[in-house]
Amino acid sequence: MSFGGLYNYWIVILLMMTGFYVVIASGNLVKKIIGLNLFQASVFILYISVGKVAGGSAPVLQDGYEPYSNPLPHVLILTAIVVGVATTALGLALVVRIREAYDSVEEDEIHDQDESL
Amino acid sequence: MADSSLFLIVLTPLVGALLVLLTGRSPNLRETMSILTGFVLLAQVISITPAVLAGEIPHQLLASPVPGLPIALALEPLGLLFALIASSLWIVTTVYAIGYMRGHGESDQTRFFAFFAIAISATMGVALSANLITLFLFYELLTLSTYPLVTHAGTAEARRGGRVYLGILIGTSMAFLLPAIIATWYFTGSVTFEAGGILAGKISPLATGILFALFAFGIGKAALMPFHRWLPAAMVAPTPVSALLHAVAVVKAGVFSLLKIVIYVFGIDLLAQNGVRELMLWVVAITILGASIIAMNQDNLKRRLAYSTISQLSYIVLGAVLASAAGVAGAAIHIATHAVGKITLFFCAGAILVAAHKTRVSELDGLGRQMPITMGAFLIASISIAGLPPLAGMWGKWYLAIGALDSGYAMLVGVLMVSTLLNIAYLIPIPIRAFFGGSSEPKKPIKEAPIPCLVAIITTATLCVIVFFFPSALLQFTEALLR
Amino acid sequence: MIGAQLPALQVVIPLLAAPLCLLLYRPFATWLLTVLTSAATLVISALLLTHVLGNGPIDYTFGGWAAPFGIAYRIDLVNAYVLLIVSAISTVVSVFARLSVAAEIEASNQGIFYTAWLLCLTGLLGIAITGDAFNLFVFLEISSLSSYVLIAMGQDRRALTASYQYLIMGTIGATFILIGVGLLYALTGTLNMADLAERLPGVADTRTARAGFAFLTVGIALKIALFPLHLWLPNAYAYAPSAVSAFLAATATKVAVYALLRFLFSVFGESFSLETMPLAHGLAVLGSVAVLFASLVAIFQHNVKRMLAYSSVAQIGYLTLGISFVSELGLSATILHLFNHALMKGALFLALGCIAWRIGSARLGDFQGLGYRMPWTVGVFLIGGLSLIGIPTTAGFISKWYLVLAALEKGWWPVLVVIVIGSLLAVVYIWRVVEIAYLGERREEAPSGEAPLSMLLPAWLLALANLYFGIHTELSVGVAREAAKALFGGL
Repeated sequence: MSFGGLYNYWIVILLMMTGFYVVIASGNLVKKIIGLNLFQASVFILYISVGKVAGGSAPVLQDGYEPYSNPLPHVLILTAIVVGVATTALGLALVVRIREAYDSVEEDEIHDQDESL
Repeated sequence: MADSSLFLIVLTPLVGALLVLLTGRSPNLRETMSILTGFVLLAQVISITPAVLAGEIPHQLLASPVPGLPIALALEPLGLLFALIASSLWIVTTVYAIGYMRGHGESDQTRFFAFFAIAISATMGVALSANLITLFLFYELLTLSTYPLVTHAGTAEARRGGRVYLGILIGTSMAFLLPAIIATWYFTGSVTFEAGGILAGKISPLATGILFALFAFGIGKAALMPFHRWLPAAMVAPTPVSALLHAVAVVKAGVFSLLKIVIYVFGIDLLAQNGVRELMLWVVAITILGASIIAMNQDNLKRRLAYSTISQLSYIVLGAVLASAAGVAGAAIHIATHAVGKITLFFCAGAILVAAHKTRVSELDGLGRQMPITMGAFLIASISIAGLPPLAGMWGKWYLAIGALDSGYAMLVGVLMVSTLLNIAYLIPIPIRAFFGGSSEPKKPIKEAPIPCLVAIITTATLCVIVFFFPSALLQFTEALLR
Repeated sequence: MIGAQLPALQVVIPLLAAPLCLLLYRPFATWLLTVLTSAATLVISALLLTHVLGNGPIDYTFGGWAAPFGIAYRIDLVNAYVLLIVSAISTVVSVFARLSVAAEIEASNQGIFYTAWLLCLTGLLGIAITGDAFNLFVFLEISSLSSYVLIAMGQDRRALTASYQYLIMGTIGATFILIGVGLLYALTGTLNMADLAERLPGVADTRTARAGFAFLTVGIALKIALFPLHLWLPNAYAYAPSAVSAFLAATATKVAVYALLRFLFSVFGESFSLETMPLAHGLAVLGSVAVLFASLVAIFQHNVKRMLAYSSVAQIGYLTLGISFVSELGLSATILHLFNHALMKGALFLALGCIAWRIGSARLGDFQGLGYRMPWTVGVFLIGGLSLIGIPTTAGFISKWYLVLAALEKGWWPVLVVIVIGSLLAVVYIWRVVEIAYLGERREEAPSGEAPLSMLLPAWLLALANLYFGIHTELSVGVAREAAKALFGGL
């Protein structure tokens, strides 16, 4: 098992940590949401990588198409993507409202205004 | 028949509280409700007395929330004694309270009388508890229901006093008493009070000692040092509450609980051989003498009486710790005699406050000439508390001394005698100087206390005298107890 | 037969009611729909519980696709108990919500509020009822997203930042769960919990399994608000609308604890979860710290809702302590406390909701003399508080007693001390409020008068339930013990 063959898992880890870092370290509320998206994207890639069968084709139920890659992770990821989209939309809506209420989207400025974040 | 009446005994004062709340608008009707409930309660307790003294133990299961931990009532001679004292003195205290509250112009009287009744209900629950968990339940309810009474004045000082009161009582009960109950359950699988105790043979002597210490300090209402500070702190309460706390409900519930646990959970024999006894006797002796010495230095009359109570309570704990027949008898008798004596003293203190607006011992010189009945009763009660014949308090000390000798602690007799001298020193001079001291120049005219107060004072002072001549009534209880 | 479809209806009814709610739009109609839907779910969950008590676990497969290929719902005693708690609380609090919400949220938004409520209810019920790991994630996200919306509708602008913080942390937690599920799927090829339970023991000794377990546990711990992952909870409960605080405090973390129980005991099995992985001691330590730390912080709060939120973190510590004992008794204590805590916190938050309705504030300083201006409401608070402290004859005492018994059985004396100290600390912070309510100087100009009956009655119902279940414990304790026995035996 060479490292090179597992490159997609390395990408997963890279994205996951980048996204996580952005969420924690960034002070801008919008950037945090983007970090969250990166984090979630890494998980999607994880699932899809797991589903790929080496030398497998697209899943078609007909003779001559074996082996085929597992279609289930794709289904799961579609669901997760939708969840991610909903979360992003909700998060951004909250940011818009916070902007209206606090006149800023920077965490420390908001915190100064009422020590709540 | 006897069975459901136990629940009624606990229920009656609660019904009384409800009636008080409902008739709050018309003070006379409301007061009538209190007194009526008191008489009904006393009647219920008296009606069940012959059966219990004959050896029956009526029992009633109320609920079983956790298997093995039922909430149940049972009446045995010690509990009966306590219940009788509490219910009879409640009536007297109510009469007194009527005079005091009106004479002093106190506010929120409905709330006062209602919580009074609830506190009595909790007291009855303590007296009638059949096992440790029921005892714990009513013990906590007693603390909670007396809290509004202690903080009645609503001032910042009252709140502070209330916080100390609640803090020490709930603190000790949760930190020591509850673990002690849990430990008892752990060692024996039961929490029921049974003749001869349930711990014998199930627990090592060291564990017995620690458990006893946990119980003794966990029952904060017994005011063993160093957990005694709640008593003087509770003096911010109106005097009828202090009378209730120091004679009837709270403190007696404490020492009663300890005595009951000694007799029915440990068993007298188990404790008699245990090493922790020495230790506890030291604690008790220190409390007796220490509190008396502090009492001598108190100028505030109620605080002096508070420390006196701490000292007297340890007499009862002494009887419990001695764990001999005479000791237990002495303790039981002292519960009764101290109750009537101390309540009289507090009644007098309250009367002095209402009629003469004085709170300090140094101000009382010459007062006896203007309030002869009050100070006369004070004198009688002081002699009783000091334990001198011909008054009731002597009997308690008598049996305790015998118990001390029986157990081989002759030094304790010495402690008792020194304590008697101290009692005389901090109590007797007050009425003496009230009658014979002070200047003879005309002062502001001071009337005697309000009539209801006087009635109460005279009643309890008379009891001090009567009980001396008829100790057999009390001895009947102790005999039934030790059977 | 409708009876056979009940498991599906449990989730489908509130799910369908949500868009209907959005269409109805007007405050009264949407409120009524919410109450009726909650009541319907309550009836269904009661029916399911009686069925499970009588006949054993129910297996329901969607679309006739047999497990493990299709999504299956599995209802045993633990689920049924949790379903009952969630639907009961939703019913009681939604009755309460009409006037509370009307006072705190503009009329044009109330329809959306109740829509989000129904979606949250769907999500919570779904988490409790499903037997599929990924399905659990989906329902978890449904309930989380709708609770972000519910919280953000609070009056104070800090509700927005609280909701945002909860969103960030909650999504990280949910994504961790997703990773965990993904790793398990990679390892075993199945998502069905029963199937996972069968296949995992064979592959449990791999790094993947352990990593999956770790991700799952941490993700769920975030949702439970287990110390130190509790940072989102105090603000979220403090600034949300009163009805939302009551609803979420009594249900959301309970359902998350259930999810933890399901994964630890049914899917992984207790020997792997708690003995091979050092979770038993870990949970014991975290639980103890949660109890002590959160209770201490609660004492110093000026906002009573925040104080109760920290109290919730402490109670969650108790729940995790019960799990850490790795015994049937400890597990039954936890399951029992799920029920009792829902009653306690529900009553307390409803009382606060009534107070907020009348005086518009949750600051401790504004509670002065409240005991006389709103005696019935403060009475509810008092009863809930006594239950929290653990006075005998309240539900809280029963939970504490079983925890103590479990600790004694295990011989873990330090934990016993922690439980006792936790009660003492609870006395302090509850009594602060009681003291100010009853002993503060009465301000004549302050708003006075009880809350309306439609708010007071649900609060009193929960308060009395505390007392009732403190004395008649056959239902609550009985089911908890049976559920623990079933859970301990594995799926």
